[in-house]
Amino acid sequence: MAAANATLAVDGLKTHFFTKAGVVKAVDGVSFEVGRGEIMGLVGESGSGKSVTGFSIIGLVDPPGRVVEGRILHNGEDLVGLGAERMRGLRGNRIAMIFQDPMMTLNPVLRIETQMVEAVLAHNAVSKEEARGMARDALGQVGIPSPDERLRAYPHQFSGGMRQRVAIAIALLNRPDLIIADEPTTALDVTIQGQILYEAQKLCREAGAAMIWITHDLAVVAGIADRISVMYAGRIVEQGETGDIVDRPAHPYTRGLIGSVPSRNTRGGRLFQIPGMTPSLLNLAPGCAFRERCPAADGACLVEPETSHPLPGRELRCHHPQLEAAP
Amino acid sequence: MTVFIIRRLMQSSVVVAVMSLLVFVGVNIVGDPVDMLINPEADQAEIERVMRDLGLDRPVHEQYGYFVVNALQGDLGKSFIFGEPALQLIVQRMPATFELAIAALLIAVVLGIPLGVIAGLRPEAPSSKAIMAGSILGFSLPSFWVGIMMIMLFAVMLGWLPSTGRGDTVPFLGMQVSFLTWDGLQHLLLPAINLSLFKLSLVIRLARAGTREVVHQDYIKFARAKGLSESRVVLVHLLKNIMIPVVTVLGLEFGGLVAFSVVTETVFAWPGMGKLIIDSLHELDRPVVVAYLMIVVLMFVIINLLVDIVYSVLDPRVRLQDARA
Ligand SMILES: Nc1ncnc2c1ncn2[C@@H]1O[C@H](COP(=O)(O)OP(=O)(O)O)[C@@H](O)[C@H]1O
Ligand code: SF4
Ligand SMILES: [Mg+2]
Repeated sequence: MAAANATLAVDGLKTHFFTKAGVVKAVDGVSFEVGRGEIMGLVGESGSGKSVTGFSIIGLVDPPGRVVEGRILHNGEDLVGLGAERMRGLRGNRIAMIFQDPMMTLNPVLRIETQMVEAVLAHNAVSKEEARGMARDALGQVGIPSPDERLRAYPHQFSGGMRQRVAIAIALLNRPDLIIADEPTTALDVTIQGQILYEAQKLCREAGAAMIWITHDLAVVAGIADRISVMYAGRIVEQGETGDIVDRPAHPYTRGLIGSVPSRNTRGGRLFQIPGMTPSLLNLAPGCAFRERCPAADGACLVEPETSHPLPGRELRCHHPQLEAAP
Repeated sequence: MTVFIIRRLMQSSVVVAVMSLLVFVGVNIVGDPVDMLINPEADQAEIERVMRDLGLDRPVHEQYGYFVVNALQGDLGKSFIFGEPALQLIVQRMPATFELAIAALLIAVVLGIPLGVIAGLRPEAPSSKAIMAGSILGFSLPSFWVGIMMIMLFAVMLGWLPSTGRGDTVPFLGMQVSFLTWDGLQHLLLPAINLSLFKLSLVIRLARAGTREVVHQDYIKFARAKGLSESRVVLVHLLKNIMIPVVTVLGLEFGGLVAFSVVTETVFAWPGMGKLIIDSLHELDRPVVVAYLMIVVLMFVIINLLVDIVYSVLDPRVRLQDARA
């Protein structure tokens, strides 16, 4: 199914953590594709395996975790089992990642300049001066005033929003063709969230990069993503065009997520909350993992649902898709 | 920065003043040197003459005032035993002790940091467990016992290294040092290792604890996500962060190293300040004891100040606070 022209094609990815307590199936059979200039929103509650998916792609899953199955095709090259040196050469170069907490991603004891220049030098045979020039331009590009001066500063001299801009600038430095943004605005306040979101989208489109925008907040990503993949308990339960998903969510979990987003229809009324909690991914029982919380669950749901295509361009894992209009 | 240093200098002088009082009074409480110094057959007139000569007939507060006035002029009194200025006696032996302490510190850093980082990066590996077991031994075995064992093994049984003294010395920056001659270096090795064992264990633990904490920080993962080589991640991103606590503690411990060298110097007959102070204590040579303690206090204060300055250079966040202060 992997299209040859996709920048990234993940196929049947399984990443498990082999802990003392048992196997945590953090990612358990995930497939999706992202093409050039496309933004895919990866949405799901906390603990559903979104970050682990991102780290699997960039090859930075912490032990005791590892990719146990599946393929991660980056421009046709399988990243699973790729040599360490080749993977290092791709990281930060062709594939970049932005982390959730901007207060923690920059090294507190190194100047911004050091942290940017080293990222250039790790992948390009240029002089330090040229690298510095590239760093300065990248800072300017993400809207940091007087970048020349700011290069000399340390992370603590920046606000949270500015630090995230720096992190984005670092991610963009080597013009990657794939950017994984792991909840990059979650730790920021709402106005700054909007700015960063807008600029990240703009930069991604300009550079023609493929982007995976990870978030637990469907409303955040609905505005910028071309397609949305909804993740639950290590699996993608629904996938499709953003507009389609928002207008006609077919999976009970997606419906729950959309129901919990404030909108004009729900204003004044009580927001819907999905009852219960995300299940622990340790020793997950067979069958649909959403069963305990699902209003439509029945005996059939004791068997793991296969992927189906109930609507054009839609991928779903549910025995009882809800095909009438959204609630 | 300047404001910070001036403020710290003022605090330091208060500390030194208070310590001088404590030291002086403390030393006056223990024992009467006159008993030791004077021929037991001497008559009363003889005793009084000696007391007058040494200034011991004055009340203690007057003695202290006299001591402070002289101390401020760099005169810490004359040794009762040697009849030489106490300060001069100590200063003569200082290079030997400092050389030993610095060598021990270097051993602790040069071996301790890499061992600690290795143990921190792979806590489950057998090599890491062996390193940690070694550091527990370094903490718990008494220094004098280890020193004696080292002499037995390397000097007596194997005959590889000498066991006493400094060996050949050569002048260096106006001091006599051992480490620049082959013979001196051989003499330095055993005592330096002996003195360093405790600090080495400490550095290993600090470096390991720091590594284990830092390695899980997002900025290390982000550094890897940038595609940096593993050596750059460890040697720059990780090391620079764990150096802060290591340098702080080590700096503060340097004074302790000098103080602890008393034991090592005694075991290895290393002719430093430690050996002098032990001898002076035996003979109740008050001026030397007071002078030694004052010098140690002064040293601790200066080290604290230097550590704070180095700390602020290593950690940019501290520098900013000073600028505001
Ligand atoms: N280092 C780890 N060891 C064990 N389990 C882990 C580890 N990292 C993540 N997990 C498990 O993987 C699951 C998914 O985590 P994550 O991808 O961070 O979720 P999300 O990003 O969607 O909030 C979590 O339930 C967590 O228990
Ligand atoms: S498969 Fe069953 S339990 Fe799972 S989401 Fe669909 S209806 Fe609900
Ligand atoms: Mg996450």
